[in-house]
Amino acid sequence: MPVRSTAWLSPPGVLLAVLGVASLLAPYMTLAANRIVAGEGFKAWQVAGAEFTAPGMLAVAIGLLLGLLPRWHWLRLTGAALGLAGMAWLLSHGAPALLDGAGDYARVSPGAGFWCLLVILALLMADALTHLSPGPLARIGLLLLVLLLMAILLNSGALAQLSILQEYASRKAAFTDATWRHLGLAFGSLAMATAIGVPLGILAYRRERLRKAILPVLSFLQTIPSLAMFGIMIPLLGWFVSVFPGAKAIGIAGVGFAPAFLALVLYSLLPVAGNVVAGLQSTPASAIEAARGMGMSAGQRLLRIELPLGLPVILAGLRIALVQNIGLAVIAGLIGGGGYGAFVFQGLNQTATDLILLGALPTVALALLAAMGMDVIVELTRATPEETS
Amino acid sequence: MIEIDRISKLYDGAAAVDAVSMTVETATITAIVGTSGSGKTTLLRMINRLVEPSSGEVRINGESTRSVPKNTLRRRIGYAIQSHGLFPHYTVARNIGTVPTLLGWSKAAIRARVDELLELFSMEPEHFRDRYPAELSGGQQQRVGVARALASRPDLLLMDEPFGALDPIIRARAQEDLRRIQRTLGSTIMLVTHDMEEAIQLGDRVAVMDAGRLVQHGTPAEIIQRPASDFVADMVGGVERPLRLLSLFPLSELVEQGHAEGDALDADTSLRDALSNCLWTGRNAVPVVKDGVALGRVTMDAIRARAEGPR
Repeated sequence: MPVRSTAWLSPPGVLLAVLGVASLLAPYMTLAANRIVAGEGFKAWQVAGAEFTAPGMLAVAIGLLLGLLPRWHWLRLTGAALGLAGMAWLLSHGAPALLDGAGDYARVSPGAGFWCLLVILALLMADALTHLSPGPLARIGLLLLVLLLMAILLNSGALAQLSILQEYASRKAAFTDATWRHLGLAFGSLAMATAIGVPLGILAYRRERLRKAILPVLSFLQTIPSLAMFGIMIPLLGWFVSVFPGAKAIGIAGVGFAPAFLALVLYSLLPVAGNVVAGLQSTPASAIEAARGMGMSAGQRLLRIELPLGLPVILAGLRIALVQNIGLAVIAGLIGGGGYGAFVFQGLNQTATDLILLGALPTVALALLAAMGMDVIVELTRATPEETS
Repeated sequence: MIEIDRISKLYDGAAAVDAVSMTVETATITAIVGTSGSGKTTLLRMINRLVEPSSGEVRINGESTRSVPKNTLRRRIGYAIQSHGLFPHYTVARNIGTVPTLLGWSKAAIRARVDELLELFSMEPEHFRDRYPAELSGGQQQRVGVARALASRPDLLLMDEPFGALDPIIRARAQEDLRRIQRTLGSTIMLVTHDMEEAIQLGDRVAVMDAGRLVQHGTPAEIIQRPASDFVADMVGGVERPLRLLSLFPLSELVEQGHAEGDALDADTSLRDALSNCLWTGRNAVPVVKDGVALGRVTMDAIRARAEGPR
């Protein structure tokens, strides 16, 4: 039964519409003479001729207006999507218009207004989705649809003249490499941390003394600042290789992939092992007592009762570790570990903002994707009904 | 037959259970009753070795519980606890089938047994088999808990405050169900409770525990009429003792020839209920019938005589 809302307008919709109009007043795109210098801002209606800007701005306006509706959330969702399409339209027509006659080295980039509006429309979309509360499979479907549309947009070449894609175009091979490196660091370290952390968590759950010894150590590791942690790895692994020369043969060295990987594993141990302990401890005491009384061995209790009941909490720990590692892996770029961090630090050195973004944006996208994917998995494992109310 | 032979449990030198011996006959219910800290739960848990006895021995049908591995022993003994302990991620059928699964029964055999037990507990198998515990009421969860404990046709069923979490009306029904099912299956049950009323209603034998010792073990009538100590007398509840005693006997025991006015009572009615009826309707005697045939009457004087304690 849909609840009849008495409100005339959606309160978050009103807030987002006001913010949306305000961000249209900020520069939508910037034009710079080259990739280093700061650019000059252009408002959304200035980026191209009126025949191009009008439809784009109209789409954004309709999107914000539909967001005001107090119900019909499908319509609000469609409106937000329409607004985003309008934004892409403005970018794709603004770029060639601004570059026209601006010189060979000139660069166009999305401006502050674009980024603000992007966040606002994304929030509007999220708000509408919250009301629709799609099931886990529908969410995966939506996520894949968004990814598909993004891929089509980027491959169509409509945005190819934007500075960030120019940076990409001159580093295609390196970008692909960095992507694999980044995924390898994030998922590889998660796999390793799972292989170590899950048995460690199970042991800590079983033995209180071990638990009191291990968890504080892991949480101490977690407090080491990431830059310091990566820094410590360099002399540590350097010493290791000097003592065990054989290690060098399998690719271990003071700088590069190995220290970055090791640091990420250490960081993930607390969320993984800690959540294993918390998940196993969440098993109702009466269920364990009954299982013991019916003659289940310790292994049977673990596999049939404790692990299945703790699974959502354990997976939530893996989710935290994965999202954290995707972000932290950027720092790996600093010690030669590769990944998107390499672009970020190159960009910082060259003061080339768009090169920084070439590293930062995929990292953010990857983290969001991982978080949403893991959320769905966590939800699917909660298949047993909660308390009926 | 279950023989408990001088069994003790020491914690840091203090005896939680102190050299308790008793014999439990097959196909009877023994209610172990005591205050909290009396050692009654420890005694129960030593039988399936959830607590290892410090000394002494338990024999089930002559075989020492030490002669088999712990988990093998526990699979032979049903175990039901107060907060039912159902596995929230298992359906009702899987919960009930837990021990048969551990014992390696075939799927068909388990399914048949689950349905049989659900029927026995008046729960429509079609309707309940695939539900999860969270979807059941408290009384239904408790019934599934007991059904699970009975699933592998155990030699012995241990119950630790099985009805403690139920409200009075549901509890009375659960007790009647247990009595009926125990009679049907001929199960041997040992049940721990802190409620003397429950012990008297359910137990063929009542064992009273105090400070780790077994202070009295006998029929409910013996416990009420000849309490072995002041403690037991307190437990059976001073002023209510005659009424509790009357609740143990049916009208049929006191039937005499003669006539009485008013509505007849069934011969299975307890003397306590009959007395209550007399007081309420202002009669000195009630007619008694069995299966619609008049047997005679029971007088209030006869009931009063039955309730008299030893002088």
